[in-house]
Amino acid sequence: MHMSDTRDIEAPREVVWAAITDPEVLKQCVPGCTEMTGSPEEGFQATVVQKVGPVKATFKGQVTLSEMNEPESLTLSGEGKGGAAGFAKGGADVTLTDKGDGVTELHYEVEAKVGGKLAQLGSRIIDGFAKKMADQFFTNLQDAVEGPEDPDAAPEADGEAAEDGKKKGWFKRMVSG
Amino acid sequence: MPKDHGIGAAPKRREDVRFLTGTGQYTDDINVYGQTYCHFLRSDVAHGKITSIDTSEAEKMPGVVRIFTGKDFEGLGGLPCGWQVTDKHGAPMKEPGHPVLAQGKVRHVGDPIAAVVADSLEEARDAAEAIMVEIEDLPAVVDMKAALESGAAKVHDDLDDNLCYDWQFGSEQEAVDKAFAEAAHVSTLELVNNRLVANPMEPRVAVGEYNRANDESTLYTTSQNPHVIRLLMGAFVLNIPEHKLRVVAPDVGGGFGTKIFHYAEEAFVTWASRQINRPVKWTSTRSEAFMSDAHGRDHVTKIELALDKDNNFTGLRTDTYANMGAYLSTFSSSVPTWLHGTLMAGNYKTPAVQVNVKAVFTNTVPVDAYRGAGRPEATFQLERVVDKAARELGVDPIALRRQNFITEFPYATPVAVEYDTGDYVATMDKLEEMIDRAGFEARRKESESRGKLRGLGINCYIEACGIAPSNLVGQLGARAGLYDAATVRVNATGSISVMVGAHSHGQGHETAFPQVVAEMLGIDESMIDIVHGDSSKIPFGMGTYGSRSLAVCGSAMVRATEKIINKAKKIAAHLLEASEGDIELKDGQFTVAGTDKSVAWGDVTLAAYVPHNYPLEEIEPGLEETAFYDPANFTYPAGAYACEVEVDPETGKVTIERFAAADDFGNVVNPMIVEGQVHGGLAQGIGQAMLENCVYDESGQLLTASYMDYAMPRADDVPFYAVDHSCATPCTHNPLGVKGCGEAGAIGSPPSVVNAVIDALHSGGHKVEHIDMPVSPHRVWQAMQG
Repeated sequence: MHMSDTRDIEAPREVVWAAITDPEVLKQCVPGCTEMTGSPEEGFQATVVQKVGPVKATFKGQVTLSEMNEPESLTLSGEGKGGAAGFAKGGADVTLTDKGDGVTELHYEVEAKVGGKLAQLGSRIIDGFAKKMADQFFTNLQDAVEGPEDPDAAPEADGEAAEDGKKKGWFKRMVSG
Repeated sequence: MPKDHGIGAAPKRREDVRFLTGTGQYTDDINVYGQTYCHFLRSDVAHGKITSIDTSEAEKMPGVVRIFTGKDFEGLGGLPCGWQVTDKHGAPMKEPGHPVLAQGKVRHVGDPIAAVVADSLEEARDAAEAIMVEIEDLPAVVDMKAALESGAAKVHDDLDDNLCYDWQFGSEQEAVDKAFAEAAHVSTLELVNNRLVANPMEPRVAVGEYNRANDESTLYTTSQNPHVIRLLMGAFVLNIPEHKLRVVAPDVGGGFGTKIFHYAEEAFVTWASRQINRPVKWTSTRSEAFMSDAHGRDHVTKIELALDKDNNFTGLRTDTYANMGAYLSTFSSSVPTWLHGTLMAGNYKTPAVQVNVKAVFTNTVPVDAYRGAGRPEATFQLERVVDKAARELGVDPIALRRQNFITEFPYATPVAVEYDTGDYVATMDKLEEMIDRAGFEARRKESESRGKLRGLGINCYIEACGIAPSNLVGQLGARAGLYDAATVRVNATGSISVMVGAHSHGQGHETAFPQVVAEMLGIDESMIDIVHGDSSKIPFGMGTYGSRSLAVCGSAMVRATEKIINKAKKIAAHLLEASEGDIELKDGQFTVAGTDKSVAWGDVTLAAYVPHNYPLEEIEPGLEETAFYDPANFTYPAGAYACEVEVDPETGKVTIERFAAADDFGNVVNPMIVEGQVHGGLAQGIGQAMLENCVYDESGQLLTASYMDYAMPRADDVPFYAVDHSCATPCTHNPLGVKGCGEAGAIGSPPSVVNAVIDALHSGGHKVEHIDMPVSPHRVWQAMQG
């Protein structure tokens, strides 16, 4: 299946680029990711726990970065094997365009494919699921790199919302700190 | 008044006592001391090169006994194909290897790569997850036409392309060309016969047991034909001679064709149990069944019908692409050819018929016989194009059929077979009465008053059953004889065990077969039991498929019973001190003709086993006889079906309002069982027409692999049926005059459903010529939008 989207991120291209090639950021952004190690040069090892319809599985796999043209574009590709659950693989072509005023336009084109039990049991829901995964990834990325630099400046709130406020922008704080 | 016993009576099925009380003994109920459990690691990809398999971690897992891969099967045989088709150039079909476990490549999702044998099923499954398999993806071929394009990925590297054979059959080319050149009208239709998954209620199971003490192997398996499995597996795959190999198929919960074939899992458990010296059990999950049971149908066809100015059929030409899947399953090659092409004349006296079939390998599960096997595909295209011709010519579809019916028998068709008998006019007359055709217009108006469209679809069908004359099928490429066998063992006190080669898995043999023997001997049916499904207990058997059991195996049973009667008369003549020629057998009594001197059945059988007063110098003691029966011809059940539907134009939803089936099955032994067989066949045919569809995506992933996505018919999807088998023309060449009834419903019903939907749409002004099955609301609605 094919998905694409464009969104504006309130952070300079370099920050977005740094985030997208950082295993810790990727770990935070890939929904269900429990482990992410490695480097942009050698690729990352990832473990992702996900539930697609009736199939819940731990996917282990490799994420590689290629076509790296810092800070404008790169390709993220990955393949995860979920044992009896089957496999998922795909690639995302990401382009970053500097829109000025510290805003970066992020555009992605994703190709994804599933096989085995995931395809057999999940075909009815897999398109929606994949779109949700991609949306969530880029939303997480956006949250990681934009947001208030000072967490205390976030609107006062209790509980989860406060937690969210602190989480938001954590990468931006880290790189600018 | 209906008979209350013997042939023609309708006793309730005796086997249902155990089936309905949960005391059936199925293969999964068999557990052998010390047994291990097997789990197959199957391919997730449709096509790929296996670059490495590392089982070292998995082997260390708890409970693992041994892990097998394709390497372990090097030097052993592959799964054989039982029918060699010769293509139109005289060359044999392409017959690629079919390994038990994948060797080097995987060719469909579900192809077994490795098998873990462990102390428990859970341990086997866990260990399978620890096997590291590296597969280099290769492009998959799924669409048949694309698979034949030059440059398409090859399913089998050792073949030139993905074409298994290009077959042509029927009338001389010149005669066919002439019919079309001179035609006043030609109707053409392109259609798909949708791919189906058989889905028997009981998934496949296999238990292999090796006895080192006598070097014997036993395979318990969910099979329709245990002797065929013994022959194929023993001789072609594992090299075990028959006397060291026993195959048992106990109660089997539905077959529908998909349990005819010899499967890798059967060979695996038998062989693995010899390697580890422990029994090995495999039970298919429903998911595995979807990707490892042979699928059915999957034809893409163009059919053309030529008519003269008087609307007589003058020529018929069909071009079909038939999907074989990734490997040739046991009878796959015969289905689109000899089981399909030979029925293309249908019930009509079309003088020139030509059938073209290209069989294609794709990266999908193997496709083989499924209830009807080839004949539903022939019937569907023929009866759809005849309906289209009637509409194009503005003539009544029933009148057009009647005008072209074969009315004189025997009739030699242009496609090799000779129909021995039939009366297509009688079944059509009966059908019109059953469906109340005269009242249809009023029913249509009533539907229209509620905003619904009503349609009536009619079609005929003919099938070739009772397969088959061995000398004929041998010439056509069958690698086996298709006779059957029965042993009638009369016990000392007169009770009887009949060992039959046909297997019963829903057909009711255990009830119907004793009715025949009881009728012949004039004794009570309760004195007779049927034994089937165990190669160590029965003489031989080619099994149950192609509506053959009663016509072929039943005939063997009749022959063996005749031998029993002959010998019993000799014994009776001795006891009565009369001439053998004067002895008559009636109601279980042997009587000297014209006298009141008689001796009972039980006295004669006792004399045979306690031969104190016995003609020992003339005949041997004992009373047991075996007969093999090889039929002289196929049988040709035929009939006419009608379906009345209502279509909701707002949603495209189709509901079946009425369904009638008028069948000619020849003589009928148990009308209740026959009716049940027709009901089941109709449900499967309606399932194909309305609901079922097996779908692969372009990368070869199976998308319909559970009941969430593969729709099986349920009780509320099918109507109350009107069925009739009173228009009987008995088969002329078997001793019972029977033709077979198991597949008719599945063969005859799909075209009537689609014809009815098209008729309904036309009544609403929608000029729709065809909708491919299943006629789902989505497809019907789309067709209505033009």
